[in-house]
Amino acid sequence: MTDITRMTATQIAELVASGETSAVEVTRAHLDRIAAVDGQVNAFLHVDSEGALAAAREVDARRSAGEELGPLAGVPVAVKDVLTTKGVPTTVGSKILEGWRPPYDSTIVQRLRAAGTVMLGKTNMDEFAMGSSTEYSAYGPTRNPWDTDRIPGGSGGGSAAALAAYEAPLAIGSDTGGSIRQPGAVTGTVGAKPTYGGTSRYGLVAFSSSLDTPGPCARTVLDAALLHEAIGGHDPRDSTSIPAPVPDVVAAAKLGATGDLSGVRLGIVSEFAGEGAEPGVLAAFHEAVDTLTKLGAEIVEVSCPHFRYALPAYYLIAPSECSSNLARFDGVRFGLRVGDDGNRSLEEVMSLTREAGFGAEVKRRIMIGTYALSSGYYDAYYGQAQKVRTLITRDFTAAFERVDALISPTTPFVAFPLGARTSDPYQMYLADLFTIPTNLYGGPGISVPCGLSDGLPVGLQVMAPTMADDRMYRVAAALESAVGTLTPPQL
Amino acid sequence: MTTTLPAYDEVVARYEPVIGLETHVELGTNTKMWCGCPTDFGGEPNTRVCPVCLGLPGSLPVANKAAIEATIRIGLALNCSIAQWCRFARKNYFYPDMPKNFQISQYDEPLCFDGYLDVEVNGETVRIGIERVHLEEDTGKTLHVGGATGRIHGATESLVDYNRAGIPLVEIVTKPIPGTGALAPEVARAYVTELRDVLRSLGVSDVRMEEGSLRCDVNTSLNLPGEEWGTRTETKNVNSLRSVERAVRSEMLRQASVLDAGGRITQETRHFHEDTGDTTPGRSKETATDYRYFPEPDLVPLAPDPAWVAELKAALPELPRLHRRRLQQAWGLSDADMQSVLNAGAVELIEETVAAGATPAAARKWWLGELSRRANETGVELAEVGATPAQVAELQGLVDAGKLNDKLARAVLEGVVAGEGSPTEIMGARGLEVVSDTGALTAAVDEAIAANPEIAEKIRSGKVAAAGALVGAVMKTTRGQADAKTVRELILTRLS
Ligand SMILES: [Zn+2]
Repeated sequence: MTDITRMTATQIAELVASGETSAVEVTRAHLDRIAAVDGQVNAFLHVDSEGALAAAREVDARRSAGEELGPLAGVPVAVKDVLTTKGVPTTVGSKILEGWRPPYDSTIVQRLRAAGTVMLGKTNMDEFAMGSSTEYSAYGPTRNPWDTDRIPGGSGGGSAAALAAYEAPLAIGSDTGGSIRQPGAVTGTVGAKPTYGGTSRYGLVAFSSSLDTPGPCARTVLDAALLHEAIGGHDPRDSTSIPAPVPDVVAAAKLGATGDLSGVRLGIVSEFAGEGAEPGVLAAFHEAVDTLTKLGAEIVEVSCPHFRYALPAYYLIAPSECSSNLARFDGVRFGLRVGDDGNRSLEEVMSLTREAGFGAEVKRRIMIGTYALSSGYYDAYYGQAQKVRTLITRDFTAAFERVDALISPTTPFVAFPLGARTSDPYQMYLADLFTIPTNLYGGPGISVPCGLSDGLPVGLQVMAPTMADDRMYRVAAALESAVGTLTPPQL
Repeated sequence: MTTTLPAYDEVVARYEPVIGLETHVELGTNTKMWCGCPTDFGGEPNTRVCPVCLGLPGSLPVANKAAIEATIRIGLALNCSIAQWCRFARKNYFYPDMPKNFQISQYDEPLCFDGYLDVEVNGETVRIGIERVHLEEDTGKTLHVGGATGRIHGATESLVDYNRAGIPLVEIVTKPIPGTGALAPEVARAYVTELRDVLRSLGVSDVRMEEGSLRCDVNTSLNLPGEEWGTRTETKNVNSLRSVERAVRSEMLRQASVLDAGGRITQETRHFHEDTGDTTPGRSKETATDYRYFPEPDLVPLAPDPAWVAELKAALPELPRLHRRRLQQAWGLSDADMQSVLNAGAVELIEETVAAGATPAAARKWWLGELSRRANETGVELAEVGATPAQVAELQGLVDAGKLNDKLARAVLEGVVAGEGSPTEIMGARGLEVVSDTGALTAAVDEAIAANPEIAEKIRSGKVAAAGALVGAVMKTTRGQADAKTVRELILTRLS
């Protein structure tokens, strides 16, 4: 039999359902793979072998009992460490939550369990999802399986690298400014950010509440769609969750896989077509545009004039919300507590805990956000940024009157070497130049591999109107059918 | 520092007070504001908690619809406009009894705004403007253990109970109230009293000041006539109606003494002390925290359906002031009589007693007479005196049926208050029923005639008025249980 770890989720589920292999065998194969290669990759912060095998045995038992299994039953999944997992450590890549075992499961994880998937463990990330390289993890960087001297993107570099290193066929990420899509692009995998409110944030440790969106990561568009369907849909415990059915993303991915895009009108965002991106990225993107044309899509250029203000607006809104969201990490109720020697005041203990527990980038954003919300500055910063957000939403709405979906490179550059951008925050922030507008608007976006530049993967981003997530899956699947999946060199 | 305070009439002769009140009301919903935890009072610490009200990472709030409904009803009862669209906001500050280190509250978009409440002071109606009514969450409670003061400084340990964290809290803020002069303390008290009655009539809270489900902060400032309003102070920890009045008065006196000495008032929070009736300074507002308010991104905006609001408005109960006016008419009371009923806190008790079958006059007699006296003696509220309206109505029924006379009824009531049972049960158990059975009384009458031959002779010779003395003798031997009228008739028949 071929190596299970090289299979897609769809293939694994079929084998488990038919009884050709067991969920336990599948799980063991992936645990073995993790044991073999994760020393080089550092995709996982915590591997829950026991929990995974128990879940796999349950799937096998249900199958033996003749129960109907879901389309992802027995498929292993890696979960970004930003989602709470009952009894399983959840650190958000931060020292401040080291050793915390949540007393409850996030909605996403509950749904993963209900779907019969097998959670292998928790994946590495930039601390509190703030970063684009996973170098800001308090537990060491994750390395890109394509070149272990390079970054795997971020903040969800662990989830993307786990896929590219064949440690898991499926993974969960969260996307606040591009944290699913940009790692997907630089690791040659598929990452989808659903419509904001299309996936529940309950149990997602908040970075920026109005932007955070959990979503699926996979090696194929269809796998991503299956995972999206399993985790998506209304959750009464998240007030911002949309009370509507999940768009039929699986059907759309299957339709797209036929390679026919006739009648589909795609817009190239002119503001993103030339500016800021590396030549190799642009070349791969334009080649993909040609491919999409050949598949029958009509390509037009669309101007979104306010997208140029997206980055600055994002770096006011996200830090503002984070400065408030992260206030609860004070050593009183959970996680790290520093300096509680019986002599220090409560304020001192809180202060020492936060000083020791947060990394530099997190502190930077808390400071920026605190400043932007402070009395006398609110209107000039947070207030203005919200206005920009409205203008960007208008740009999207106007564009979607003309086209079905927008396309751009996912990120301006391929995977860069470790350490190349850590000394200059702005250079790091540029990684999300093309992904941030979608978050500000709240619509869905997907990154799909579109080619290589100097042997490193390049991703194409498809952006769709809110609650039209199916459209981007169709386009992405069509491109995938022409380009094929990308296979990294052996580790 | 000791200062001699000026006399109150001198203060109000020189200065004009402006007051304002901020009232916090814990709603009596079954569950908390953002989660399904119960709100019942008095559980073991940290037993009414979940990831949401503990603010655990990843948890999210979901607004309690019953709390929103209660807030809108309060707003409607206070003649407010109801926002067609508004948002919750985060109020950010670090304090361990706030699980998230921010409070979900409302800032510049309150759910209800711009209303009023009419209150009566000395027979005059004063219209109190309502600035806003908004919804927020309560905090937990911190207990400082060890150390001498029980305050945070010097304590060896701080313990936090989050049972109260996340209980829905409504804040009701008045507009500044100028022009009340010497009556300012009474106006403040009348407002809080009336507000409490309104909230109680709506059934949205148990409004107990002593348990903290109704809390009041009082703003006070003084200015010279014709000049701008003075700097105000905010007095907290005002935990009874009486304290509201005392706090305003005490703060007026204190500020006047500062101003008289040429000083200036510091804008600050002050704490009221029940024992001394004084206020002492707390946190200075001039160095106050910047709360960095911003719209709560975890909650969707509130947009109450106007049709629903109209339904709630139509279904509002009769408000206490109108209700009282109607009762006064129905009971046929003068303003002064009604005032004494109000002062005794007996309106609802009389109303329920009448509903249970007593006449208004009889109900009022019992509650304002015997029962008020007992309540005063034992130092409890009239409602807690130990007798229910139903029992009082039953007692009066026994009197009306001739089974009890006034004296016996009071003895029965004593048993009721002592918890011995219903009036009928006590009457039977203590053998207090009026004896009007002629057979049983004849012996007592004959005995009295035999013992008082001279009086008996007078009656025989036509001096009927002398019968009173024999009646008295019979009542004495029957320990008051005889029916006086029957006794008199028996005596006259015997001696005719
Ligand atoms: Zn709770």
